[in-house]
Amino acid sequence: MAKWIKIAGGVVVIAAVGAGVWAWDSLNTGRSKVAGDSVTLAEFTSEDAEAVERGEYVMRMGDCAACHTREAGEFAGGYEIATPFGTLVSSNITPDAETGIGGMTEKDFFNALRQGIGQHGMLYPAMPYTAYAKFTDRDMHDLWAYMSTVEPVQNDIDENGGMPFPFNIRLAMAGWDMLFFDNSGFEPVASESDAWNRGKYIVDGGGHCAACHSPRNALGAEVASAYLQGGNIGDWYAPDLTPNPHVGLGGSSAEDIATYLKTGTDGVAVAAGPMAEAVEHSLQYLTDEDALAVGTYLTSLPASDNPAPKAASLAETDMARLTDVYEVNCSACHGLDGEGIEGMVPAFSANHGLLGDPTNMIHAMLKGTRAAHTHDAQTAAGMPSFAWKMDDTQVADILTYVRNSFGNGAEAVSPEAVAEMREALDAREPLRAATN
Amino acid sequence: MANERPKADVVIVGLGWAGSVMAEELTRAGLNVVAIERGAWRDTSTDFPPAVDPDELRWHTRRELLQPMSVETTTFRNKTGQQAAPVRNWNAFQFGWNVGGAGTHWAGMSWRFLPWDFEVATQTAERYGQERLDSLMAEGLQLQDWGVSYEEMAPYYDRFERIAGTSGKAGNLNGQKIKGGNVFEGPREREYPTPQLKDTNWMSMYRQTTEGMGYNPFTIPAGNISQAYVNPLGVTMGPCTYCGFCDFHGCGNFSKSSPQACILPALMRRSNFTVLTETEVLHAVKHEDGKTVKGVKFVTRDGEEGFQPADVVCITAYQMDNVRLMLLSGIGEQYDPATQQGTIGRNYSYQTCSSVTGFFSGAKMNPFIGGGALGVQIDDFNGDNFDHSDLDFIGGAGIMGYSTNGRPIANMNGIRPGNKRWGSEWKEAYARDYQEVANIFCQGTSMPTRDAYLSLDPTYKDRHGQPLLRLTFDWNRNDASMIDYTTKKAVEIMREAGGEDIMVDNQAEASWNPYKQHSSHTIGGLVMGSNPATSALNPYLQSWDCHNVFSVGASAFPNNGGYNPTLTVGALAVRAARAIHETYINNPGPLVEA
Repeated sequence: MAKWIKIAGGVVVIAAVGAGVWAWDSLNTGRSKVAGDSVTLAEFTSEDAEAVERGEYVMRMGDCAACHTREAGEFAGGYEIATPFGTLVSSNITPDAETGIGGMTEKDFFNALRQGIGQHGMLYPAMPYTAYAKFTDRDMHDLWAYMSTVEPVQNDIDENGGMPFPFNIRLAMAGWDMLFFDNSGFEPVASESDAWNRGKYIVDGGGHCAACHSPRNALGAEVASAYLQGGNIGDWYAPDLTPNPHVGLGGSSAEDIATYLKTGTDGVAVAAGPMAEAVEHSLQYLTDEDALAVGTYLTSLPASDNPAPKAASLAETDMARLTDVYEVNCSACHGLDGEGIEGMVPAFSANHGLLGDPTNMIHAMLKGTRAAHTHDAQTAAGMPSFAWKMDDTQVADILTYVRNSFGNGAEAVSPEAVAEMREALDAREPLRAATN
Repeated sequence: MANERPKADVVIVGLGWAGSVMAEELTRAGLNVVAIERGAWRDTSTDFPPAVDPDELRWHTRRELLQPMSVETTTFRNKTGQQAAPVRNWNAFQFGWNVGGAGTHWAGMSWRFLPWDFEVATQTAERYGQERLDSLMAEGLQLQDWGVSYEEMAPYYDRFERIAGTSGKAGNLNGQKIKGGNVFEGPREREYPTPQLKDTNWMSMYRQTTEGMGYNPFTIPAGNISQAYVNPLGVTMGPCTYCGFCDFHGCGNFSKSSPQACILPALMRRSNFTVLTETEVLHAVKHEDGKTVKGVKFVTRDGEEGFQPADVVCITAYQMDNVRLMLLSGIGEQYDPATQQGTIGRNYSYQTCSSVTGFFSGAKMNPFIGGGALGVQIDDFNGDNFDHSDLDFIGGAGIMGYSTNGRPIANMNGIRPGNKRWGSEWKEAYARDYQEVANIFCQGTSMPTRDAYLSLDPTYKDRHGQPLLRLTFDWNRNDASMIDYTTKKAVEIMREAGGEDIMVDNQAEASWNPYKQHSSHTIGGLVMGSNPATSALNPYLQSWDCHNVFSVGASAFPNNGGYNPTLTVGALAVRAARAIHETYINNPGPLVEA
């Protein structure tokens, strides 16, 4: 797989060099003309407090801090992102003139965010400029105003030092952009409601939902035909967000979705892993109106044709044994009837998120996970790891049990899938009693 | 000083229940708070995960959640003139050793004290005459009011119950008595946050028996909560599973009220809150005029000393350490039993207890269904709920039939008298009696005396070279009479219930001994009151001697009620914190004129 990608990458480099004029469309920076080009971010100060406040909201929506804030300080970069092509490090986006983006003019800033053309060359699409391209001019002006208020931090970053040849050639991204980047702004659909249009703007723009929830092709581009129908993101799975009745949001109202985005839970499911981070750092800050707009848009999508899961058949003796295993290990928090604890612990009953791809359940069993901390749901309860306690078959069995109890029915989880994840996550091996 | 930290509005010394309640109030009011905790960070899902079976040997037998004796102990003697010796094993005192303090390992009994408990001196004189009070005082009791009434405390109790999610059933709603609740409790303005816990077999038997005897049984209010609950801070708790591994253990399912389950999730995310863990405060440092302090000196785990400046210092460590820190900081005057001068160390008391064990042939008590606060109690003989005119004592005891645990190691000795304590006979007896044994516990009041007090030990020092705290204490005649009386009532109940082979352990029958106690409720030494000659703290828990020092803990109780102390500590913490952010911070000075 990796080898194939490298070959493909090489082809892209060649394509990029040869493409020349064809790249015009995707690299056209005409949209940045509205931005100023004389004052740098380090020099800029905004007099408009409201614009700064709106800009902070845009920053939250775009979740800039998720990748750009680490130990070095707010927006000072340093987050390592493992891609199939090598390791990228997020940049310092504070107004520090030397190591941050303090030397950028507003126009440079627009080019970077909406076009993927940065101060050191083309950006890698790990930076979701492919989605930020939808940002309106006004949101961009406001974000610029906000960024000027950020404390400058000196933190020198070598963004692509961990990328091997040929992926360390930023120009290669021109070819990628030519193939996959849609360089157009957000176009409202006149026949749809304001809420729907606002929802689509957030989902496709700042929210960059498809970055995880759409599957990606071999070159790391979102597959448009499977828009928001679920994507595997390494050791987590971002589920189907269409109204698919089996494994998607079929049972959820726009209000349920809004509650989930703002609190990390809709009373049944609880966000974990990267979604918990997205809720904690970004989505909980959405206004009630915007959160509902996202729900309005998502519930309007055509349902994917992801098939209904097929119930596994478990022998009665296995069911009886696993009922005990469940009671001893799971019921204290998840409830004897799989009812969970509203607002804190996911229910297993009537929770569609359990029935599709089992990646998240396996991950949670092996490494544990933690809910989001939000203003309205403060607990951020943790799920403990069972890796040390259960072997691959035991983990698979209890997950299969949960997927086929409390009114659920879904394919069995295989011990092989658990073993693969245990290795990928470097999770502990189960303790074993000495045999001699 | 090297390693001087940025100044805080308030520094909190000890992040247990009192410290975290205060930190929550103060940070919500916008103050910048730094808490310094000697123990390490402890978190529900990583330190006490339900994925791990409760480890009785580690937590209960070896007490690994408690502060090691090598860090600090106390010295003990029964009376002045004896040579005190260091206590070598935790039994009577249970110092916390982690963020959450003793609030992480407590059992969960969540009592409000009786209105009488706050005004023992006044109400004894009112009901039984000034002569009766004078004669008790002449005998050596040192009775005094708290300077705060139950009515004044009620809103703070209510706030703490809401934070803790306390389960229970009201027995006195705004003066209206309700059967099934505790009809002797002071009036409460509303029901408990969560309903009372369910009865075990023994609780049902105890309830029926005591009701038949004309008493008023009720389910003990518990910090083991009965259903999922969201507290006013937005923190969710889960329902208790009746696993019975509560005291000395952390709770893995978010159902035991604790700083971890109730406060820390919200507090830790506040940008105006900082906690320094594994960092020990040595003492507060006074300004040159001695009227206020400028902060606290601390030492880190790696032995580096530092200074935390602050406008207000809140001492919220364990009861013993609150007293010790005041003495080490030179705030106030050491109490002297010979002259009764000085207030620091004064009015130390313990809790006067007994237990009655009975056996029920053929019964299935199923003690593995338990909860730290799971039990039925009668308060008919607690406080001043019964007429003491013809009795030779004041005070009383709550008498409970409990189902707190069925821990296999701890209960190994709970077998019928006459059976061997080893070998196959013991195994057989334990297998039988595990199911057939039942217990009644009398948890009694303790009245302070002139001769019971805390002071710095002249000989023994801790690892930093600071003197240990010395305890001088023995049971007094009043309390011994009280527990003798209430224990007899408990024996009558056990007989009436059908218990056989009854065993009685009355702790006041022998001199007090730190290794043989069934309680850990150690109180006083830094008591609140309205008279600066007899109390260290004013009714807002503010030092009479240094007005920017506040201290909250059971150390502030001038006498002990027949109850567990936690709810009263929590309520006092709310009261003190509100006094700080509503009044003191804008107008620093004594909140009450001496």
